[in-house]
Amino acid sequence: MTRDSTLRSGLRSPRLLWVPAVVGLALIVLPVAGLLLRVDFARLPALLTSPASLDALELSLVTAAISTLLCVLLGVPLAVVLARVRRGARVLRAIVVLPLVMPPVVGGLALLYLLGRNGFAGYLLDVVAGVRVPFTTAAVVLAQTFVAMPFLVISLDGAIRAGGDQYERVAATLGASPWVVFTRVTLPLLLPALGSGVVLSFARALGEFGATITFAGSLQAVTRTLPLEVYARAEADVDSAVALSLLLIVVAIVVIMASGRRMTDGVRP
Amino acid sequence: MRTVALALAAALLAACSPAEATRTVTVFAAASLTETFEQLAKKFEAQHDGVDVRLSFGGSSRLAEQIVEGAPAEVFAAADEKAMAKVTAARLADGKPRVFARNRLTIAVPPGNPMGLKGLADLRKDDLTVVMCAAEVPCGRAARALTTAAQVQLEPASEEPDVKSVLGKVATGEADAGLVYVTDVRAADDKVDGVPIAGADAAANSYPIVMLREAAENKLARQFVQFVLSDEGQRVLRDAGFDAP
Repeated sequence: MTRDSTLRSGLRSPRLLWVPAVVGLALIVLPVAGLLLRVDFARLPALLTSPASLDALELSLVTAAISTLLCVLLGVPLAVVLARVRRGARVLRAIVVLPLVMPPVVGGLALLYLLGRNGFAGYLLDVVAGVRVPFTTAAVVLAQTFVAMPFLVISLDGAIRAGGDQYERVAATLGASPWVVFTRVTLPLLLPALGSGVVLSFARALGEFGATITFAGSLQAVTRTLPLEVYARAEADVDSAVALSLLLIVVAIVVIMASGRRMTDGVRP
Repeated sequence: MRTVALALAAALLAACSPAEATRTVTVFAAASLTETFEQLAKKFEAQHDGVDVRLSFGGSSRLAEQIVEGAPAEVFAAADEKAMAKVTAARLADGKPRVFARNRLTIAVPPGNPMGLKGLADLRKDDLTVVMCAAEVPCGRAARALTTAAQVQLEPASEEPDVKSVLGKVATGEADAGLVYVTDVRAADDKVDGVPIAGADAAANSYPIVMLREAAENKLARQFVQFVLSDEGQRVLRDAGFDAP
């Protein structure tokens, strides 16, 4: 190959990489294709509009939306503080990503032993305020926020550190208070990263299963979100489990598209 | 999860030479059979030198579904006949399923029964956290048959995927009461107590066992089924609190 054509077509990856690359891609595409082949399209509308399906869909969308909001309210400050902290940043970062690498079911158990009836916080809440968290929709939101927040924090943390702090420094030398710098300079600069962080956290919250079933249980319209409904249906009514799975895949595709070109173009958040 | 399990199982099977493969028998059994079948498997292994009984426990309906989807099970023991029907309807059973035990529901409560529950009707008390099995699994079907017959409308805090999850919620103290089998309470030792339910006998479920066509070449599968039905196997089941078929 001439140098000229290499320049025109860009760098080519070694042929040897193509085989595992195709296998890797097939590992993602084929199972989804397998699921699509099992869908009973004639009964699909009826399966998706059954009361249990609609309850699960509504519960999933509502809880994932609230969890994402909580992720933003808590995660943005956490990311900003984390990116600017001088000491112990490594330890803090390791703590923040813990839910990301920990099995969700372990997260669910951890929440249970904090907020369950025999957990110290749960016991206090029950005795002092008469509030019990497990088996409630609030437990679903907590479980989702727990597993989803690292995605938001990591997106923002990376963006803050990559962006540097020259604009903030200029604003500060011009006499802006830290709060004004945060709201007028830092936040606007972070909006693109916040967007992809929000999308990722929402998707993670929507797909949450292990922590939810461990901590919140499974009850229609209260704690049984779409993934739990799919799991429950897979026991007896496979067609409707498949239909709901299709719905979750469609939602996932919508989420990827809604994230705009940031995710599909491979732009670093 | 199932795909991963199947892939692993396939890899394991591929790794074994044919001679070795016949030295194992894979048994899928209802969650409520966990302790009993572990014990039966141990006895069976002791009687058959070098034999390995591989056990997979779960909600009967899910196990039946896995078998229909091609899971490499050789023996299936379900917690009710409806779950078994799924496997026989798919023509995967080798011979007719035989009922080997019966089981009754009871109310699992924390040790000492702190709420002083006396029966099904007490589960309607306000402020009581009650869990039961989902309607899709045998223990859920039995529970619903029981509550319907007793005309008690329960409002569970959670509908769990199998009976051991219900037991776990009570044993950890998250729930005040759960509907489980009498055998589960006995197997849980002192972690929970049982409160008998009047009329539970009428709603008892039958446990069928069958050898699957997957095991056509495997003598061990037939021998394991026979062992469960034998006097010795039945003694283990009776000791665990199961009723005679």
